[in-house]
Amino acid sequence: MSKGNLTRRGVLKTGAVAGAGLALPTYLSAQDSGFTNAPTGSTVTLGFNVPQSGPYADEGADELRAYELAVEHLNGEGDGGMLNTFSSKALQGNGILGKKVEYVTGDTQTKSDAARASAKSMIEKDGAVMITGGSSSGVAVAVQALCQEAGIIFMAGLTHSNDTTGKDKKANGFRHFFNSYMSGAALAPVLAANYGTDRKAYHLTADYNWGYTTEEAVKSSTEAMGWETVGTVLTPLTQTDFSSYITPVLQSDADVLVLNHYGGNMVNSLTNAVQFGLRDRIANGKQFEIVVPLYSRLMAKGAGANVKGIFGSTNWHWSLQDEGSKAFVKSFGTKYGFPPSQAAHTCYVQALLYADAVERAGSFAPCAVGEALKDFEFDGMGNGPTLYRGDDHQCFKDVLVVKGKENPTSEFDLLEIVEVTPVDQVTYAPDHPQFAGGQLGSCNNGA
Amino acid sequence: MFGLNKKDGSLLLLVVALVVFAPFLLNPFPESSGWAQFNAGYPDLMQRFVIFGIFAIGFNILFGLTGYLSFGHAAFLGVGSYAAMWMFKLFGMNVLPALALSVVTSGIFAILIGYVSLRRSGIYFSILTLAFAMMSYSLAYSVLATDMDGPDKQGLLQKGLTGGETGLQLTQSDPRIFGAQTTADGNIPVPSLFGLEMRSATELNVGDWVFTFSAGYYFSAVIMLLAFYLSIRIFRSPFGMVLRSIKSNQQRLNYTGMNPRPYMLAAFVISGMYAGLAGGLMAAMDPLAGPERMFWTASGEVVLMTILGGVGTLIGPVLGAGAIKYMENIISKINSDILHSWFAFLPDGLEDIVVTMIYPFIGKGWHLTLGIIFMLVVIFLPGGLVQGGQKLAAMVRRKKTDDTKTATTEPAE
Repeated sequence: MSKGNLTRRGVLKTGAVAGAGLALPTYLSAQDSGFTNAPTGSTVTLGFNVPQSGPYADEGADELRAYELAVEHLNGEGDGGMLNTFSSKALQGNGILGKKVEYVTGDTQTKSDAARASAKSMIEKDGAVMITGGSSSGVAVAVQALCQEAGIIFMAGLTHSNDTTGKDKKANGFRHFFNSYMSGAALAPVLAANYGTDRKAYHLTADYNWGYTTEEAVKSSTEAMGWETVGTVLTPLTQTDFSSYITPVLQSDADVLVLNHYGGNMVNSLTNAVQFGLRDRIANGKQFEIVVPLYSRLMAKGAGANVKGIFGSTNWHWSLQDEGSKAFVKSFGTKYGFPPSQAAHTCYVQALLYADAVERAGSFAPCAVGEALKDFEFDGMGNGPTLYRGDDHQCFKDVLVVKGKENPTSEFDLLEIVEVTPVDQVTYAPDHPQFAGGQLGSCNNGA
Repeated sequence: MFGLNKKDGSLLLLVVALVVFAPFLLNPFPESSGWAQFNAGYPDLMQRFVIFGIFAIGFNILFGLTGYLSFGHAAFLGVGSYAAMWMFKLFGMNVLPALALSVVTSGIFAILIGYVSLRRSGIYFSILTLAFAMMSYSLAYSVLATDMDGPDKQGLLQKGLTGGETGLQLTQSDPRIFGAQTTADGNIPVPSLFGLEMRSATELNVGDWVFTFSAGYYFSAVIMLLAFYLSIRIFRSPFGMVLRSIKSNQQRLNYTGMNPRPYMLAAFVISGMYAGLAGGLMAAMDPLAGPERMFWTASGEVVLMTILGGVGTLIGPVLGAGAIKYMENIISKINSDILHSWFAFLPDGLEDIVVTMIYPFIGKGWHLTLGIIFMLVVIFLPGGLVQGGQKLAAMVRRKKTDDTKTATTEPAE
């Protein structure tokens, strides 16, 4: 054991060091711009937080491609893409507010913790003024809450759960993608028209937030059409073999199977269902049918021939023939050699919408940007006339009901559009029971 | 000093110095240089360094001293996070009560799990702890995440006790006893220490360098230093000696008439409480608690940290935690564009070859880099990074003594 020796010199030295330490804060410079990460030089940094590993890595890679394309177009390189068809003409192709757009990327790993860590590092280390991207609702909700705290705008990527703009909505968060409720509302009439109103449905649902809200949405809209729900079973997100979940379907008296699965989950569960002969089955004197509420081209590719004739909904599809979609598909195809997915589309549009809002607001301050996006109506972005509703920061636009194509002409031509459900049919009140219970709060500019 | 011998005292002082000056030490590269990529001195990562340092120090008390390899320690981390979150939601935004509840809850949890698991040793103990941790994970992920409020109420438990995959978050309707539900500007209040917000930070600009001093970091750092000091005292105490004897020969201990089980349970609970403290701190720095914190990979990570740094050494686990978190956050952010810009001076073809060769080891491939380093350490430095440091020090010292020897002996000849 040693004894500390107090000497006069030692005490003086310690005192001097401690004094200098205490005086230090007076030399520290405070941020006087009034909001977090105000861009100071001739550039502005955006943060693209996408899954680069994990189950949604394919979507993440496509999102990143779309962001790179958006940055190119914002900086006036390339053919301009949707900038030419966008109804707002505030963007000049000279960056945002004259500042050249730069970006940093992060890997969400489709885990809330990892996504928040990478978002935090982009905010604290790289000085990102906006965070966007992601391919899971859990991640979107977690990162949105972080951005609200930090005083950063969050432009959600692919997130379909009701909660993102429902129970977990935040003033600094904005979503362009559609949601579970809209899927249910768009699908139900088509299902009733094709399969009749006297059906018994069995749900297999991915055991997480998005699965729950999708099950609830599809259940309530189909039951309103006269369908009966005979069973709902939760399946773990990490499940890869669904055989044990399909067998009980055969023993039930269901004649429709609803797969509330996304990505690899859906590819596996659909494949299992087809292997068990569900599609050739006759139940209750009717042909057995399978429904996939949320479709994407990447999933259809994974499931191959199994998707033929199966109904689902999607936010956007590259075969749309409006000017905006054609311009986007053209510039994406020129750069990468294949058409974009719906994840790429929503991310590209979100990046442009953010840039446009900054330009119109004349400031990068989150509250000003939020004000510019609030109740903003636009067109020319591929989904027809669209409204960014101020009450919950959700975009309202037409929803596509699609079907797996019977005779695909190429590896990208897997889905055909059955119906474009008009926006009125999928609009709901902000306090709808499936969305109630959250507060937007007020916008946060941070420090 | 503080009841430590000279060697431990200087080790503690070294750690204090490292921790206090971390914002400078971790930001060695100027902002505008290409090397700024490797700067780690931003609040979030520094907080992670010390928080996972606490986690690893606690794990080392169990694994380093008794040799019992718990493979489910992340469960305590998660329990600590959830406890702290509920304290924020129901009690107040001050971090101290939240941390206290984290430690207590994870301690109780550790008593339950430890009491059952410690009936077995070796691989069976590891598997039991792993099983308990995965059970806790599933409970948090799914079972405890269902709506407990009833279908039409939108109350406190609308997402269950744990919030499921999304995690447990603060909302604007939390019924807090102390402190407001929302701040004056309509936002959710942030965790603070008697008014000092954990996320507040000041910046110091010196030339091209920017140093960030974050309140949250220094708060966690103080807790880490206390935890480190406590672990030194445990290592040097008679209690620590008993734990070591459990590791070296439990049978002989039994024959001498000593019952090792209470000691083991105590060590298990202490280390569980350390993990809970770390979990509570994580929630205090970033108010969200998700179930993946309890997943078995998180338990495996703390084993890696401890072994990488040096099992049974005092400072090893902290170094290991720092090394792994550094790679996770810095190496994983290097992408192919950055690589291309580094090697832009090479001729085109060669540049592509070099980039292709390095690419698998960066970005999402950081696990591969970590794996290689881990293998090298285990093969060549079984004592971890600490042994590496000792070897280096010994080499320097030997050189010095050689020099003095020649200097003094030669004239005599």
